[in-house]
Amino acid sequence: MSDATGFEPKIVAYVCNWCTYLGADLAGTNRLEYPPNVRIVRLPCTGRIDFNLLIKTFEMGADAVIVSGCHPGDCHYTAGNYHARRRWTMFRELLDTLGFEMDRIHFAWISAAEGKKFQQFITETTEKTRALGPYTAYREICEASR
Amino acid sequence: MIDQLRQTCRKLLEEGAVKVVIGYGQDKPSMMPHPVFITKPEECDRLVWNDLCFANLAAYITRKEIKALGKPAVIVKGCDERALVVLEQESQFTRDGIYVIGVACTSLPASGVGNPRAAKCASCAVRTPRYADVTIGEAAVGSSAVGSSSCSTADAEFAQLDEFMKKTPAERFAYWKAELSRCVKCYACREVCPMCYCNRCIVDKNRPTAIDTSATIKGNLAWHIARAFHQAGRCVGCDECTRACPAGINLRLLNQSLAKSVERAFAYKAGMDKETPPVIGSYSLEDKENFIQ
Repeated sequence: MSDATGFEPKIVAYVCNWCTYLGADLAGTNRLEYPPNVRIVRLPCTGRIDFNLLIKTFEMGADAVIVSGCHPGDCHYTAGNYHARRRWTMFRELLDTLGFEMDRIHFAWISAAEGKKFQQFITETTEKTRALGPYTAYREICEASR
Repeated sequence: MIDQLRQTCRKLLEEGAVKVVIGYGQDKPSMMPHPVFITKPEECDRLVWNDLCFANLAAYITRKEIKALGKPAVIVKGCDERALVVLEQESQFTRDGIYVIGVACTSLPASGVGNPRAAKCASCAVRTPRYADVTIGEAAVGSSAVGSSSCSTADAEFAQLDEFMKKTPAERFAYWKAELSRCVKCYACREVCPMCYCNRCIVDKNRPTAIDTSATIKGNLAWHIARAFHQAGRCVGCDECTRACPAGINLRLLNQSLAKSVERAFAYKAGMDKETPPVIGSYSLEDKENFIQ
């Protein structure tokens, strides 16, 4: 799997318990293969995902972050994903101003029935991140802060 | 105008309508005005008003030391009053629990380099307070009375940000890396902010430690992201954080990037209208989601 440099992207996926986690489960039971680069963190709802988690993830050496939850209208808690959508709209703008590499932060709606979409999304994200290489800009500031 | 202001405050204190007046004082003409807390009618002559009165006194309304004194009267400019609107929307006080003395900005600050008010005053839409119990003075020419949540179509407000965004992401990251490495984590930006009223700030919580507390670039970046984003859709752009920063970090840029995205994506401007629901805490089915796959 690894390229000539031996780089394997580290990707952390924050997923909601009710849709994307079950989508991942479906991908598993259907024996759909996807790259092992992604670490899945299950949270109750996309509305629960604190932006500090994303920053922390990069601090701990992730090359890309995924946030995924229920499609609009499908939230187990009625509106958690709508609140999340607003929040991420603003948060992306802030990160862009700060000069973050925006193609390392991915958002998706993946339902419990979309095992195939989960597989594709993870595969695509892994390949994109592999092409980008390690997130050196962020790793540098973390190294400098030791 | 200053006599009228002092008289109003003296009367309020004498009648016992309020227990404390939060206003501006100035020790010497050569020194900057600073906040004063007047509790006795005879001390009202200490109050001043001039175009160096930068401080946003709305920040003191939520402080427990002020609450302990009893009902306050607060002197606000039109822009400061936007902070009161947000605080009231967030149930930080009841409107009849405070007395609002509005002062109109009678003169515009000189638009020179180094004038911290120049940037925000140039695009100000509220030079006269709109919800005050009493308003003193007449706004200077060029002022506009805005009563609704109308969003400024003028791009002048975000000119500095737009200019900054012309840089590449790598250049922006390098800029902030250099800027934020000067931060000493004094949290002055938090202390002066009218919107930072949490009893316990996230950065002071250590189980778990969400934000690295050391004043290194990693911890500083995490802190400034948290500070800015906790003001998303709430920041009224009073620029007190930028003015208070001893390291001279341009926090205004971060606040503006959020203000701009809120204005463009949700047609919302914090503190302009009491009736519009706050952008955080409400949602619309029509919100755009072009970044979500």
